[in-house]
Amino acid sequence: MTKPVANCPNCGAKIVFRWWSSVQTVCDFCKSILVRTDVDLKKVGQVADLPPNSSPIQINTEGKYGNKAFVVVGRILYEYDQGGWNEWHVMMNDGTSAWLSDAQSEYALSLFSKAQNLPAVAQVQVGQQFSWSNERYTVSVITPAHYRGVEGELPFQYWDKTEVTFVDLRTESGKFATLDYSDPEPALYLGEFVEFDDLKLKNLRRFEGW
Amino acid sequence: MSAGTPPMSGPPKPQAKALNCPKCGAVIVLRSFGQAETVVCGSCRSILDAKDPNLAVLQQFEAATREVQPLIALGTRGKLRGTDYEVIGFQRRSTNVDGITYYWHEYVLFNPYKGIRYLSEYHGHWNDISICKTLPTAEIGGVTTVNYLGETYKHFQSADANTDFVLGEFPWQVRVGEHAAVTDFVHPPRVLSSEKLDQEVTWSIGEYMYGREVWDAFKLPGAPPEPMGVYENQPSPVTTNVTGIWVAFAAFAVFLLALMAGFDMRAKKEPILHGTYQFNRAESKGESSFVTDGFELTGHPSTLEVKTYAPVRNHWIYLNYALINQDTGQAWDFGREVSYYSGYDSDGSWTEGKQNDAVVVPSVPPGHYYLRIEPEADPSLPGIPYTVDVTHDVPVFGIYGIAFLALLVPAVLISFRAYTFERSRWSESDHPPMDFSNISTTSGDDE
Repeated sequence: MTKPVANCPNCGAKIVFRWWSSVQTVCDFCKSILVRTDVDLKKVGQVADLPPNSSPIQINTEGKYGNKAFVVVGRILYEYDQGGWNEWHVMMNDGTSAWLSDAQSEYALSLFSKAQNLPAVAQVQVGQQFSWSNERYTVSVITPAHYRGVEGELPFQYWDKTEVTFVDLRTESGKFATLDYSDPEPALYLGEFVEFDDLKLKNLRRFEGW
Repeated sequence: MSAGTPPMSGPPKPQAKALNCPKCGAVIVLRSFGQAETVVCGSCRSILDAKDPNLAVLQQFEAATREVQPLIALGTRGKLRGTDYEVIGFQRRSTNVDGITYYWHEYVLFNPYKGIRYLSEYHGHWNDISICKTLPTAEIGGVTTVNYLGETYKHFQSADANTDFVLGEFPWQVRVGEHAAVTDFVHPPRVLSSEKLDQEVTWSIGEYMYGREVWDAFKLPGAPPEPMGVYENQPSPVTTNVTGIWVAFAAFAVFLLALMAGFDMRAKKEPILHGTYQFNRAESKGESSFVTDGFELTGHPSTLEVKTYAPVRNHWIYLNYALINQDTGQAWDFGREVSYYSGYDSDGSWTEGKQNDAVVVPSVPPGHYYLRIEPEADPSLPGIPYTVDVTHDVPVFGIYGIAFLALLVPAVLISFRAYTFERSRWSESDHPPMDFSNISTTSGDDE
């Protein structure tokens, strides 16, 4: 697979997309948020510095999920009133994209689901149950959050978004789902909790003294 | 990964931060690289917003009259399940049951890669606790049992947990005076706890740890506090499966019975001598002894049974036997008493003794033998008839009885130990063992 290459319209630095269908990326040098159009890259904004964060994961961290290798190519940092969490955009070696979330070192891996007829945000309540892919999910928490920052490549444009409601669901077998209401049409991600050790992560951040 | 990618400069390595308390100026170390929500000033007891660069004061609390000292100091590192953890927070919690306040302690442990874990301590009993990632399920029919990862946890107790002392960092918005409804379900050595604060329910799973293990993990000096009593999820010292012991016992008992039956069938039980004699005091002036006819024992050395029968009633007869080998002169002396008494008293009728007696002489080699019998009897009697039967090669069952007891005694002791342990465990619960249904499954049923 050839990687799309372009130049930053802002500073001219080379921009390499590691994932062929990335829609948005951030220039590593000038921190411009760039969106891919059919012909070129368009600067749509500028990222502010991300707040200090405790995630051990970073762009280019590599790992394994089952028998697939992945590399972290992007990140969204969300905040809510009880803290923040990271959604790391990872590229699997089969070309699919997935999300590795890290909420205070609780890790979960999820994939976009094409399920239809998703509930509207106003209809969802804690304790409610939904069935997708033959699994029964229970709503565990509804979190109003906002985008705090972004890094690297993303499969969609996020740059003008602010508030978003997330609905987290769990099963009795360690599976997990998120309903993402950042767009008018809700999006569903299905996944499972993963153990840090099982991810066999490499190229992690170092912490002083650890 | 790709050559064309410019090198990532990356943020600087995060390090533990030292800040000053906005209230009293004391140094506050933030050890969790931003994972903490709140941090408590160790000197002025202000609860501060750890997310705020200025550490805004969220709450100030009066320390309890007696200062609470964590047994493991903040900043101590230890290895739990192969991972290094640092103690970053400590809280004392209490609950009031029937007017008595019970205290326990919780330690917040941190690893920048693995996140947060907890240790709890109650009177020398420790638990290694983490937040559940999987939802436990209540079994149909109620809240008395909960399923988690394929195991059934029994409701132990529900309590109102009050936070009354905090120190260090917490990954949630901790406040002194906060109440949570805590419900514990046990499956020793594990405990499943639900903690309900406002509308949010958090499930955690704990595994019992001995003080010694904690001391070793954190390399603490001295000895851990002695555990008091039996804790809700303390593993039973009876590590073996009690049901299994009884199954094994039953198998052995059957084996012994089969062995007994086998030896009984193999035994020749050969009648050697049958004699009826009369003891007459009048006739036996002086020497009352006599010898029986001689008999021959053949085959391998084996048992010889001597049975005595005398129809005594409120009398006794005593027989001095000597089994004498004619060939070698070897003698086996043994005395047998036959006595039988009966009567009637305020408790009703009673009897004592038997009219029959049997004795087995073990390992009698083959050869020619006779018995010498010297009777003595109750002087008030004129005469007593008695019968002597000698049988060669009879099975001996006493050894089986001993073997049976040797197996039965430990099985009973182990069961009793398991029973009393479970009883003291559940006596502390919301379900004290009035009926024994709670302790029907003794611990170790799946270890």
